[in-house]
Amino acid sequence: MRKEDLETVIGLEVHVELATKSKIFCSCSTEFGAPPNTHVCPICLGLPGVLPVLNKKALEYAVRAALALNCEIAPFSKFDRKNYFYPDLPKAYQISQYDQPLAYGGYVDIEVNGEKRRIRIKRVHLEEDAGKLLHAGDDIAGAATSLVDFNRSGVPLIEIVSEPDIRSPEEARLYLMKLKTILEYLGVSDCKMEEGSLRCDANLSVRPRGAKELGTKTEIKNMNSFRAVFKGLEYEERRQKEALAAGEEIVQETRHWDENRSVTVSMRGKEEAHDYRYFPDPDLVPLIIDRAWVEEIRRSLPELPDARRERFQREYGLPAYDAEVLTASRTLADFYDECVRLFPDPKAVSNFVMSEVLRLLNAEGKDIVDTPLTPQHLAKLLGLVKEGTISGKIAKDVFEEVFKTGRDPAEIVKERGLVQISDEGELARIVDEVLAANPAVVADYRGGKEKAFTFLVGQVMKATRGKANPALVNKLLKEKLS
Amino acid sequence: MEIYDLTAHELSRLLKAREISAAELTEAVLERVDEVEPAVRAYVTVTREEALAAARRVDEARARGEDLGPLAGIPMAVKDNMCTRTVRTTCSSRILENFIPPYDATVVERLAAAGTVMIGKTNLDEFAMGSSTENSAFFTTRNPWDLERVPGGSSGGSAAAVAAGEAVFSLGSDTGGSIRQPASLCSVVGLKPTYGRVSRFGLVAFASSLDQIGPLTKDVTDCALVMNVISGWDKMDSTSAPVEVPDFTQFLGREVRGLKIGLPREFFAEGIDREVKEIILTAVRVLEGLGAVVEETSLPHSDYSLPVYYILAPAEASSNLARFDGVRYGLRVDAPDLISMYGQTRSRGFGAEVRRRIIIGTYALSSGYYDAYYKKAQQVRTLIKQDFDRAFEKYDVLITPTSPTPAFKIGEKADNPIQMYLSDICTIPVNLAGIPGLSIPCGFTAEGLPVGMQLLGKPFAEGTLLQVAYAYEQSTDHHKKRPPLAGAAGGERHA
Amino acid sequence: MKISMAEVEHVARLARLELTPEEKEKFTHQLNDILEFAAKLQAIDTEGVPPTSHVLNLKNVWREDEVHDWLTQEEALANAPAAADGCFQVPRIIEE
Repeated sequence: MRKEDLETVIGLEVHVELATKSKIFCSCSTEFGAPPNTHVCPICLGLPGVLPVLNKKALEYAVRAALALNCEIAPFSKFDRKNYFYPDLPKAYQISQYDQPLAYGGYVDIEVNGEKRRIRIKRVHLEEDAGKLLHAGDDIAGAATSLVDFNRSGVPLIEIVSEPDIRSPEEARLYLMKLKTILEYLGVSDCKMEEGSLRCDANLSVRPRGAKELGTKTEIKNMNSFRAVFKGLEYEERRQKEALAAGEEIVQETRHWDENRSVTVSMRGKEEAHDYRYFPDPDLVPLIIDRAWVEEIRRSLPELPDARRERFQREYGLPAYDAEVLTASRTLADFYDECVRLFPDPKAVSNFVMSEVLRLLNAEGKDIVDTPLTPQHLAKLLGLVKEGTISGKIAKDVFEEVFKTGRDPAEIVKERGLVQISDEGELARIVDEVLAANPAVVADYRGGKEKAFTFLVGQVMKATRGKANPALVNKLLKEKLS
Repeated sequence: MEIYDLTAHELSRLLKAREISAAELTEAVLERVDEVEPAVRAYVTVTREEALAAARRVDEARARGEDLGPLAGIPMAVKDNMCTRTVRTTCSSRILENFIPPYDATVVERLAAAGTVMIGKTNLDEFAMGSSTENSAFFTTRNPWDLERVPGGSSGGSAAAVAAGEAVFSLGSDTGGSIRQPASLCSVVGLKPTYGRVSRFGLVAFASSLDQIGPLTKDVTDCALVMNVISGWDKMDSTSAPVEVPDFTQFLGREVRGLKIGLPREFFAEGIDREVKEIILTAVRVLEGLGAVVEETSLPHSDYSLPVYYILAPAEASSNLARFDGVRYGLRVDAPDLISMYGQTRSRGFGAEVRRRIIIGTYALSSGYYDAYYKKAQQVRTLIKQDFDRAFEKYDVLITPTSPTPAFKIGEKADNPIQMYLSDICTIPVNLAGIPGLSIPCGFTAEGLPVGMQLLGKPFAEGTLLQVAYAYEQSTDHHKKRPPLAGAAGGERHA
Repeated sequence: MKISMAEVEHVARLARLELTPEEKEKFTHQLNDILEFAAKLQAIDTEGVPPTSHVLNLKNVWREDEVHDWLTQEEALANAPAAADGCFQVPRIIEE
């Protein structure tokens, strides 16, 4: 089998921590980064005698996510115990959902090379997170002892399982990005892969192009960033294709992505022993979710990324690319919407946001809501440009200060004397001086050298320290040179 | 009668009238503990100082004129599988020998709020798995009526403590008969409430879908009083029922004329001791004499209760007991790596019966066997429950023996699990159906061993059971008999 | 259905129990007795009978999303067989 004749089949299992205040089955805080074992109680430590009680908000968030992923909410669902021993799992079982998950049958659309691809979602279920293991050495086996912190134990998770509809590592990356955007829009998770609030395992197999059955799959774990997901799957895809091309067989197994060595490593033998002995958790009662509540949650869903992108194109006349960029995060899209409401020139706002705002945000690695910048600031700044009080160039300088300090742009302009010179008499005098001082350039221009004009504009701007109204300078120069 | 022989409602009158203080009462009971405990061995831990301090607080509150409930100042005991803050909670297991919970079980909290005085924690079959207390990792409790015999189990310590006057009442837990069977063998009143009636929060789980906490008392009135305190919805237990709790004492004294009582024939068949059967039928005739209508009936799936139970309970237990892994609390056997630490800790920490049940339960849940065992057992459980539903369309109460035999000799069934499991043949179906079951003393065999009668009711109809039991109790005096313990223990006989 | 000693060993491994050879033999024997006894159930027709996980018909039990502190780190670790740096300590983890 030639490598070119093989196609890749990927399914993703994504775990997302829900942004509730308290844990899923107890009232401990879910705050990230606290000292070890300070957000724990008898329940999430799995002490003898304790019982779980479901956090309603976790359920609501899970329903919200499932609806946004176009899933059906199951009329009957229940919690099961997944039994296995590990030091980070206090009860030696994880409360999860097995054969009757909360939601099923959804999809997410992604765009790959300008073409829409639909990735179906098999199921969405609720479960509890485990604690965290810390190792003294650089890996598990190397450490003489390990330490366990149960702060994360019992943080609510949803697991989103896709159908094997993904055909390349790039599609996997796009799907994951899309999930992240949707969940952020919903406000149900902060989706930070680096903090582990979004985690991704993958199943990957290859098969002859056009075949119906799936090839033997491997499960890839420990891909802790979007880049790692892409790189890990790319590696595994290549590994499997080369193996098949060489006539070898793929072994069904779990493989570990080794970030440092950029390879997936077999964890053979470690999974076969697993027999999770799922059974319904007798400590929790079934969920028979009221349809009216589901509809209420559905009505409360925000405009989701796809709808918003389409609206930005339709309503604001933005090109597809701009709409995509501006809706990539909900906070940015909210910011843009509000700016346009205050300053109804969508193109001008989009230009400024796409260039200046994003430049500074990217440079500082910040989200718009974490800066002092408000839509009011930007609308005011653009207003100053529009009414001719400052030039576009000055506006960029002023913006940098607003972005840093959150001060009123008009005040900055006033304080720094940046008001544009639009007095025709005053400008005419300066233009005359510039022309008088550069006779050779004037001669060049008159001789047909268009570039000389730009030089003269620059000289006027220099003389006014950038404050001259560019349109007026153009007009005056043209008049005087003609 | 001695102070320690009195019931809670009798003592409550004395306390209210200030004829005795809570501290004096507590001291009297502690003295009784000192006197008979070497023979009976009901307690794993006696909390002498805490008890005296609690009693003094009650006396102070009374002196301040506070309005105290009927159980204020009453010394009681708690089975050692219910968590008590600052008092070790062992489940009579090596694995929890030194475990001190940082919290109180809901029932313990409620009893403390009612002013009761905890004397100590009572012995049980390890993790409540057994019918004799012989599975306690520490020692076997003896039946106060015959020290050569078992007190029943798993709440054997709780039953023996009450029977021996070492506590006025106690709490037990009942997964397959663990309150009622020892109550029967020790001649005390034992109630397993409807599943969901009493919060399980803080009860170390054996089989979560079957476990229920209930009182062991000297008479029916005390049972009602304790139920008044421990019953009711608990936000910490998702399976506790949001059902209103009546004042259970209001059922006492209501007549039983016209009540319909069914005798399910399967519970009087082969395997039931002839003498036990005769004593129960005599007791039933007393009720008939009071105007109750008695008929024979049938619960056709009863025979399947034992196999259903011996799949479901171990399956749940195998998962519930997995948390004892030497990581966060309890015993750890040091080993160079995690896997051997797990294996050695759990093998040394758990006794044979617990390990046996963990293995059977793990097997029943393991892939390939789930449908054949666990799911099948759950389906048959449905059929068993439906039998009861149908019976209760016709009858107010069903009556059966509590235990097929009176107390057996220590060691008699120790190495035959199935024989031991048969001790619970009359009580297990009740847990599977989730209905309330009450065992009351109803006589003695020729050898002088107590026999208990089991009354079964509709879900949340504990009141009806107390009504019938009270009527019976008022017509008889079995509940007034006390074991001739001091002599047998070689202790001082009180005049 | 008969359970073999190998199965008992496998199940003991799943349950993290180490059994002595004598225990293995004894348990295999006793488990077979219990399973034989459980085999009685296979005779009952349960086609279409729903399984009972809960005897009460409760559903949708939940609490509000409120944070309540309970244990301090010291209390959390009070029963720990071994602790270090505010954490529970476990011996070297070698995967099976």
